[in-house]
Amino acid sequence: MAIGDISTLLVWGAATAFTIALIAYTSALARLAEASSAEHRAERAAKVAAAKQARAAARETVGAGGPSGLVVPADAVDDAAPRSGRIDDAEPERPMTAPSATTGIARTTTYLGILLLGVGIVLRGVAAGRWPTANMYEFTLVGTFVAAVVLAVVQRKRVVPFLGVVVMGIGVLALALGLLVFYVQADAVQPALQSYWLIIHVGVAIAATGIFTVAFATSVLQVLQDGRETGRSHLDHPWRSADGLRRSLARWRVTGPAWSWLRTVPSARRLEALSFRLNAIGFVLWTFTLIGGAIWAEHAWGRYWGWDPKEVGTFVAWVVYAAYLHARTTRGWAGRKAAYFVYVGYAVVLANFTVVNLFVTGKHSYSGI
Amino acid sequence: MTRDPQTTEPSPRGYTPEGLEDAFSAGQQPPAGGSGTPGSAGGAPQLPSLGVVGWLRWAWRQLTSMRVALLLLMLLAVAAVPGTVFPQRAQDPDKVATYLSDHPDLGPLLDRLGFFGVYSSVWFSAIYLLLFVSLVGCILPRSRTHLRAMRGRPPRAPRRFDRFPAQASAELDGTPEEVAERAAAALGGPRWWRRFRVDVRDEGGGVRSVAAERGYLRETGNLVFHLALVGLLVSVATGQLLHYRGQAIIVEGRAFANTQSDYDTFEAGSGFSASSLEPFSMRLDSFDSSFDPDTLQSRDFTAHVTITEPGSEGVQERIKVNHPLDVAGAKVYLQGNGYAPQVTVRDPEGTVTYSGAVPFLPQDTVYTSQGVIKVPDVTSGPQIGLQGVLLPTAQQVADGIYRSVDPQPTDPLLALAVWTGDLGLDDGIPQNVYQLDETGLTQAVDDDGLPVTLYLRPGETVDLPDGLGTLTFDALPRFVALDLRHDPSLAWVLTFALLAFAGLATSLFVPRRRVWLRLRPGDEGPGSGRTVVTAAALARGDDVGLQAELDRAMDRLRGADVDGPTGRTGR
Ligand code: HEM
Repeated sequence: MAIGDISTLLVWGAATAFTIALIAYTSALARLAEASSAEHRAERAAKVAAAKQARAAARETVGAGGPSGLVVPADAVDDAAPRSGRIDDAEPERPMTAPSATTGIARTTTYLGILLLGVGIVLRGVAAGRWPTANMYEFTLVGTFVAAVVLAVVQRKRVVPFLGVVVMGIGVLALALGLLVFYVQADAVQPALQSYWLIIHVGVAIAATGIFTVAFATSVLQVLQDGRETGRSHLDHPWRSADGLRRSLARWRVTGPAWSWLRTVPSARRLEALSFRLNAIGFVLWTFTLIGGAIWAEHAWGRYWGWDPKEVGTFVAWVVYAAYLHARTTRGWAGRKAAYFVYVGYAVVLANFTVVNLFVTGKHSYSGI
Repeated sequence: MTRDPQTTEPSPRGYTPEGLEDAFSAGQQPPAGGSGTPGSAGGAPQLPSLGVVGWLRWAWRQLTSMRVALLLLMLLAVAAVPGTVFPQRAQDPDKVATYLSDHPDLGPLLDRLGFFGVYSSVWFSAIYLLLFVSLVGCILPRSRTHLRAMRGRPPRAPRRFDRFPAQASAELDGTPEEVAERAAAALGGPRWWRRFRVDVRDEGGGVRSVAAERGYLRETGNLVFHLALVGLLVSVATGQLLHYRGQAIIVEGRAFANTQSDYDTFEAGSGFSASSLEPFSMRLDSFDSSFDPDTLQSRDFTAHVTITEPGSEGVQERIKVNHPLDVAGAKVYLQGNGYAPQVTVRDPEGTVTYSGAVPFLPQDTVYTSQGVIKVPDVTSGPQIGLQGVLLPTAQQVADGIYRSVDPQPTDPLLALAVWTGDLGLDDGIPQNVYQLDETGLTQAVDDDGLPVTLYLRPGETVDLPDGLGTLTFDALPRFVALDLRHDPSLAWVLTFALLAFAGLATSLFVPRRRVWLRLRPGDEGPGSGRTVVTAAALARGDDVGLQAELDRAMDRLRGADVDGPTGRTGR
């Protein structure tokens, strides 16, 4: 069998492993949801009463913090007592119960998938006789690989099934698309791509994309958790014209029992911090992609910037993530709203990869399709 | 961002330890009414009795507020999108023309609104210029504050430590003064590598407090990053002003001189003067190409040229894709290549009326190339236009139908239609050399009324129809399309881009931390020679390494005294 074919086979293997991981993460999540929703009902009544009591106590605590002139840290307030309307805030954050069989399977298959994919990528490079980041198929492989590795790193101590579901969901979809739609034979490349920048620029861009993927999943979880902590759900309030629809969806309130597994998840603040750390790394890499791309364009096309669709897409994503970093430090935008910028930024990154490669003509028409 | 300049003494107010509202720097200016985060726009506008100056100040404060920066950034992102949706004149004027003729109603409106030149449109420029004004207005005051903070003392230890994200305590040998001295040394580190800036204060009653701060580089990085963006913008604009770019097609064996008239297209910024064209000439000696034998995809293009600068010997150089050639402060890029059939046209008397190599433009990966040979200088009779294709490796598909099967010239074939009449060259209207203006021309037909097509292989000569003379296909040299570009700002653009990158990485990855110690005499009183240490630490933003930092500091402080009763708390 040719090396290229072995590589493809390994990628299929990785896709299978990731699919199993996805199923395992999903079932771990479902189990968590089931277990905690039963508890949720039992505890809820007691909690409301406790929260009321604690709130009264909190006022005193805050008052006592006055003399030193220190503004009371938000989390100190949170720990002492929830602000009004935060029913679930007093919920202690629970660590996951000892790794169950399903999370064990999820973790193992994630590792297995990473291994298979890693070898698959290396063999692909061997078969093509060059660095394997020259067409959409290869971008997809490497991007998924990076996302899976980052997921594994983030979960090294503690499995957060939701992150697994989102990242593996995207990963399986990406590999399937890669194998079925983007696939091209391993081959050498045209002169414009024969440059060490293929390794630096494209490699860094893909790594950034992989990291943004996990950050995105974290931000989604953060917003869910935030909704639960602050007791806000759009399904709690009547909708003007479509209230019937709302009522049928009401059991999916993020504050309701269906989402009570969220208490096994780190607090919104911690998730925000994790998302920020990942996004910060991703953003620095993305900045490098932008600069490296400009340097390469200067070599290959005779201008460092020409508003080519791909350049525009990269620029827009960069500006959105810069806006995210500003939003984090802007009053009234930090936290939940800043996370929305992550959604937009990630959507732009994905669109820049898919739409621009496939449907827009530009100088970056290297998808090989 | 608006700052309150009166306050120089940092205070922990508004200094939210850890959390989403990251207000580290705001700690240096106690906010009125609790709006101390960097994002606050300086309070609500006091609408009445502001006066013109008041309004201007208000507007300036708004413009330099974080919220407006955020808005402008998002606007910039949105405004950049139409440029990928609509064709852009700068990249593809033909597509714009097509769009305009396809959309006679919408097109002109979009055109007036600048949608075919988004990146030079008034609205796009307005957004980024406002953003940069905002940036400068934001960064300059911030730089002042930062400078002051770097010169001033680290902020005083807060009265209570119990709310901080990292805490520690210990009981050590020595009086508070002695321990304070040790602490200053332990936190400060060696002289050549200052970790923390340390400030010891006497709080009275034998109590000392130590305030320490590290990571000023984080803020420095942020400022460098933003200022570098301004530098980047200025250098790009300068480059726009001073650059020039020209495209020239050179056929193997011919030369080209670096003068404006020798370029096929030439474009320059408004600050360009013809004297910045360095005099040199370049000859294309040969051109090599290679293709994948199976997929016919291109694998390598190399142009071998000889550069001659005035007063010196010619130098042989190579130009490849991705490897431009530096010549006299300009760069020469290999942008395209193809074949330029060398032909000779003779009139019926045998006099040469045309002789030259005519570039034919490749249309696909097998170099099916189109071109036009114009013969205006006939001695008598009508002008002649020959229009057709060149197939580098021709394969007959059907009678009179050929196609190219390989980009390399293994069996070239030239197939031309013949037009006669007026080429329209004398109208003074610039013509596309690759197209035939058919208005004044009629196509030559054979006896059956069918258009005549001439087929030639290299070395062959055929008769032109209607006794017009003969056509000889002499040879098939290659041509290259070269882009020559000169942009004196390039080094600056690169420098500022790298500065911005370094500043960004620094500001995102260097931790900014504050550590406070309070040293009280031990329980047995001031004379006991024991000191109770309580400590707290705070970081800018979320910082996983904070407790470890504090623990390290405590360990170092404990030094020999490791057996003393210690305690440690932290979250
Ligand atoms: C071209 C426009 C701008 C871009 C691309 C940009 C980009 C960025 C980026 C990427 C960061 C995060 C990295 C860091 O912390 O150093 C940042 C931070 C920051 N930017 Fe900007 N910025 C722009 C304009 C502005 C403007 C107009 C302001 C002021 C109104 C501003 C104020 C800040 C501040 C205060 C921070 C630090 C946030 C913190 O406290 O961590 N920036 N900027």
